[in-house]
Amino acid sequence: MENVINIQPVTRIEGHCRVAIHLDDAGNVADTKLHIQSLRGFEKFCEGRPAEEMPRIVCHICGICPWAHHLASSKAADAVFGVTPPPAAVKLRRLMQNIAYVSDKILHFYFLAAPDFVIGPDADYSVRNVIGIVNAAPEIAKQVVHMRHLGAKLLEGFSGRAIHPTFSLPGGVSKPMTETERQAMLPSAKELLEFSKFSLKFAKENVFPKYMDAIKNIGVIRVGYLGTVAEDGALDFYDGKLRLMQPDGAYEDFSAADYLDYIGERVEPWSYQKFPYAKRWGNGEGPSMDLANPSGVYRTNALARINVVDKMATPLAQAELEEFRGAFGRPAHYTLLYHYARLIEMLQCAEQTVELLEDPEITSRDVREKIAPRAARGVGCVEAPRGTLIHDYESDGEGLIKSLNLIVGTTHNNAAMNLSVKQAASELIKGGKYDQGILNKVEMAIRAYDP
Amino acid sequence: MPVKVVEDWLNACSGCEISILNIGDPLLDLLPNLEFVHMTALVDHKFYGQLGEKPVTEMEIPEATVGIVSGGVRNEEQKHELEQIRKHVKVLIALGSCATYGGIPAHANMWKNDEVFEKINRHCSSTTPAPDQQDLNVPPWIPTCTAVDEVVNVDIRIPGCPPHPDWIVEALTAVLNGQTSWSLPERSVCDTCPVIREQKSGGGAVKRCFENLEFNPEEGLDKMRCINEQGVLCLGPVTLAGCAGKSGVPRCIQARTPCRGCFGPIRKGARPMVDMMGSLTSVGLDPKTVVDRRAIMNRYIGGHGFLTPLPARPAR
Repeated sequence: MENVINIQPVTRIEGHCRVAIHLDDAGNVADTKLHIQSLRGFEKFCEGRPAEEMPRIVCHICGICPWAHHLASSKAADAVFGVTPPPAAVKLRRLMQNIAYVSDKILHFYFLAAPDFVIGPDADYSVRNVIGIVNAAPEIAKQVVHMRHLGAKLLEGFSGRAIHPTFSLPGGVSKPMTETERQAMLPSAKELLEFSKFSLKFAKENVFPKYMDAIKNIGVIRVGYLGTVAEDGALDFYDGKLRLMQPDGAYEDFSAADYLDYIGERVEPWSYQKFPYAKRWGNGEGPSMDLANPSGVYRTNALARINVVDKMATPLAQAELEEFRGAFGRPAHYTLLYHYARLIEMLQCAEQTVELLEDPEITSRDVREKIAPRAARGVGCVEAPRGTLIHDYESDGEGLIKSLNLIVGTTHNNAAMNLSVKQAASELIKGGKYDQGILNKVEMAIRAYDP
Repeated sequence: MPVKVVEDWLNACSGCEISILNIGDPLLDLLPNLEFVHMTALVDHKFYGQLGEKPVTEMEIPEATVGIVSGGVRNEEQKHELEQIRKHVKVLIALGSCATYGGIPAHANMWKNDEVFEKINRHCSSTTPAPDQQDLNVPPWIPTCTAVDEVVNVDIRIPGCPPHPDWIVEALTAVLNGQTSWSLPERSVCDTCPVIREQKSGGGAVKRCFENLEFNPEEGLDKMRCINEQGVLCLGPVTLAGCAGKSGVPRCIQARTPCRGCFGPIRKGARPMVDMMGSLTSVGLDPKTVVDRRAIMNRYIGGHGFLTPLPARPAR
């Protein structure tokens, strides 16, 4: 009889999934599957909603990255109504996005991923968590809890809500920033920047060198990458062109509005999450999850962005990118390097937060264009923490949503996560021998993607 | 001795869990009193043995004093898990508006399940049309998206999308002190909102959010006119207060945007849509002009039969 190892739920990730590892008679891995078990149906139930309400409805897709959905939706709705938000509105949107992403990256690195590295991948499951870190390194834990919350307080203090915001609307944002608000936020922004610098230094000294073997082995696959770059090729979370890079580093740029020419999605009977793939690669028929020849598969999220960009947008992050590329090349394929890439991104977000708060234009009173309903289609795209986030809306003459299509960050990584699980399980489980530490390492291959 | 806690998300977005972390520095004082024996977000306990060896018919929920569940119930597995949690905990807390009322995902209750899957799998522009997922590993949907108390008994409800950390701390502290009930006071968002009210508006149709509200950003909310009285729909009059915690003004109003009712009705048995239409009428607005009225006024409360499939539209 076939023996199946059932890891359920996959923990320290967002959402519901299980891993099934199928072993053959010899106890070696015959197949693996990452089953995504939940579906809510936003693409259906947003039909009929007023387009101007969308940014405050779809943010509920994700309580960890509501700002990404809030902004992608605002951009799609900008396009539906045919308006360009004033410069200060764009700066305020970018500011909120950067602050939210700093908190997001603190959450992932310290609360979700760090237990594997600080407590250790083989430690007993009952202590391998953030509470274990509180006990093992109370001073760092205190800082981490404080800094993650500081970002949330900044968002909330200015825009009312850190989780499920209402601040951004088609045409701009709901209120300008006053000089008093700007000055009050700046010292906290600088604190976040210092903490971002500390985090990268801490990880480069205490985490990555210690786990080089794991980095070179766990979940490693060779596939393509997708991310957003500004006109000058720098990493841009809010706007730019999409860059789709093949495993060998060759790439093609395109406008987000043309995504349907480049990206398709397949449904598999065994997962609620769809499987996006690069339409123009291989036979164009969908992703092949064959470890030996994974065609049509690309990845998103931090490592993908760090691979596709020509440079970072800020000086400290750029220096870190150069060091990273010196060590791992471009594109870097080791899956656990996602953690490293995430911390480089955190630095850019923190640097940009300070830059934006020091920009005199950010306090302009001109923050919203008036809108009027019309029938149109609009595509809005941002880089969510978990990857390229595409919102595609079609409205009727009353400005109600007629149809919508969404591709969210982690969905792009579905095929790649399945491949990484297969790779990790096949490497680690031989002759029916495995233990809790080994199964946790299979999960580490998933956690790297921060799904 | 720390109190054992089981925590999990069902049909949820994880915003409630982030709100737990948004307790901030006091979280570190609270943590030693709590032992999370299951928490998918942060702790590695598994349902079918740590080696994944147990049969999938025997979901293992540890015994605990407190169960905290976020999210409504959407599929068979979530329903099963919830029933198991109920059996193994003494006090069950529904955390957030999805758990309390169905939440945003209960918008799906405006369609039959088949219609939702038809769109998702066969009418999304980037998706190659395919049959619906049919696999033992993909739990089938139950007939509607429900609140937690439509499936099991709930002891404590902490509404909000997300619930404010102040209330999470207060409710947990109550449970740690041996209480088995807790609830928010029955007050409306308007009761906690400092804006200027004159009990009248410019009259006529209710305006959509096509331009920003009228206010001076240098002045506080106490100098801004009530949003409904500005002619824009705000669900403050029919929504339970508490979104800003123990102090502070309602969060959406602070953002200079209208309330959309994320804390749900002020009291059990209320009909927010009927009450809101009355409220709009009382300031001289025509409530029939609210676009997408049913969905907007039941945005967070679509469980409990508040949202159901629409009757077929008569041909024009």
